[in-house]
Amino acid sequence: MQILRRNLTAYGFLCAALACFTVFAWYPMVREFILSFQKTDLINEPIWVGLDNFKTAFLDPAFSEAWLNTLEFTLLALVFGYAVPFVVALVLNELRHARAYLRFVVYLPVMLPPIVAVLLFRWFYDPGPGLFNQVLDFFGLAPLAWLDSSSTALISLVIVSTWMNMGGATLIYLAALQNIPSELYEAAELDGAGIFKRIRHVTIPQTRLILLLMLMLQIVATMQVFIEPYMLTGGGPENATVTVAYLMFQNAFTLQDYGSAGAIGMMLMIVLLVFAAFQLRLTREDKA
Amino acid sequence: MISVGAGATTGHKRGKKRSPKPIEVQFRTIVSPHQLNSKWGRRIYWLVLVAILVVFTLAFVFPLYWMITGALKTPEELAQMPPTLIPADPSPDAFFEAWDLFDIGTLLANTAYYSLGGWIVCMAVDVSAAYALSKLRPKFGNVILGMMLATLMIPAMVVLIPLYVTVVDLGLLNNPWALWLPAAANGFNIFLLKRFFDSIPRELIEAAQIDGAGPVRTLRSVVLPISRPILGVVSILTIVTSFKDFVWPLLVMTDSDRMTISVGLSQTAGAVTQNQVMGGLLITSIPMIIVFFIFQRHIMAGLTAGSIKG
Repeated sequence: MQILRRNLTAYGFLCAALACFTVFAWYPMVREFILSFQKTDLINEPIWVGLDNFKTAFLDPAFSEAWLNTLEFTLLALVFGYAVPFVVALVLNELRHARAYLRFVVYLPVMLPPIVAVLLFRWFYDPGPGLFNQVLDFFGLAPLAWLDSSSTALISLVIVSTWMNMGGATLIYLAALQNIPSELYEAAELDGAGIFKRIRHVTIPQTRLILLLMLMLQIVATMQVFIEPYMLTGGGPENATVTVAYLMFQNAFTLQDYGSAGAIGMMLMIVLLVFAAFQLRLTREDKA
Repeated sequence: MISVGAGATTGHKRGKKRSPKPIEVQFRTIVSPHQLNSKWGRRIYWLVLVAILVVFTLAFVFPLYWMITGALKTPEELAQMPPTLIPADPSPDAFFEAWDLFDIGTLLANTAYYSLGGWIVCMAVDVSAAYALSKLRPKFGNVILGMMLATLMIPAMVVLIPLYVTVVDLGLLNNPWALWLPAAANGFNIFLLKRFFDSIPRELIEAAQIDGAGPVRTLRSVVLPISRPILGVVSILTIVTSFKDFVWPLLVMTDSDRMTISVGLSQTAGAVTQNQVMGGLLITSIPMIIVFFIFQRHIMAGLTAGSIKG
């Protein structure tokens, strides 16, 4: 009786969360699966179409381009957004002055709403009076077309994305670096290890798990890139910046074809779940 | 006598040379304190420090300076090449124009309402769930927790379409609950809260029960007062996330008088002059910059807690 009562109170406390999760987290995953086999514009009755949505997706030339672009974006974003914050954190951790200022400043763009960063950079990228071309001009370099050329558009998006996101990774690495026991460095030094050897044999092994974890997190985060192409390029020029998430959004909200958008979402989900599973294994290892 | 005098002068000279204060080292890192305070170590250190300060200021502060001064310039001055570093005739007109053109008053009020309402809903739902899972421990509690945490593995973007379809089916478009309820289904908040509640000693809860406090009273008078640090972290995280959110409010809050500030700016930005856009962006940034100034510690704590999520 007492156990029953305790369970009832507990579920009383849980019911709101259970309702929210059921309707807005668990059910949408199931709904995505159902959606991907239907043709629906949310007005007329949905029709079951089997694998047609997947077929249409694969036949769309933009589909393969979107995956390639997303892959390229992710790789470029890793070069900048993954390696740079670690090096920055390494250097910041060595500094003995202005630490609070530097930490504040590097995280400032993360605090800004993404729309601010994106619209600000849209102006910087302006081929005429935009800041970036003016700086190039100041140094006597030829202006770039930035967002207007298919060769520089994607990298321009990576730059915005890195600018507004790198602060988070930097501060996480910085916290990890501060947890390394100083005895390890002292021992390495006594063994005659120079600065680079100390980084290789002490710093990196000591932060290995967080490095791997951040790698996975960052892959998952950048593969969903949407707001940058949506606001800055609209997928252009010539589909050079169409990403998978952008294509999904277009299918749903421009073409009103929620079924094929669901199919693209399903595929993206499966790919990202593979990375998420890796991440889960790493966290387990972390606890062990 | 002479030798002493000579010794005294060299000693004096050396003393002068050494006078730069040694760099204080409170904790040992890769570079040893000894290396750091050697002649070259010190030179390299100051060089790197200055370089980093300059690069960081240029990379992260200068864009904001450009935004502010951009808003203070006239459209003619903005089109001028090369650009002026300091506005020739700074005028705050663009802010007032932006305020009217973007209807920022309404947008900011909407965003504040959605953020604060979302915060209340989120805290009520997540705190009681975490309390039940941590202290009341119902049957299948661990299964439920596992399923809640599993949603963290599914990135927001990939369930965007079915979530939208669900909200349309429920007729919640242009209703703030369409923002609040999905935000309350936050596995990460529940994880953080439950982990903190788990650390509250059982004796404390039992003592309250012996004194005749029911579960609600225990939560209010024992658990919540102890949990203020984590409640602060989760609150800030929730409010900042909802203030910054773009894609979801873009989809569900489509009436122009119900938009959030981010969405409103994105819709109107193409139709106004550049200095007005910058004015709008600056007004949008100010609340977050103020929050960052005040709650920096909470935000950083939430960030490092975030790195071990999963």
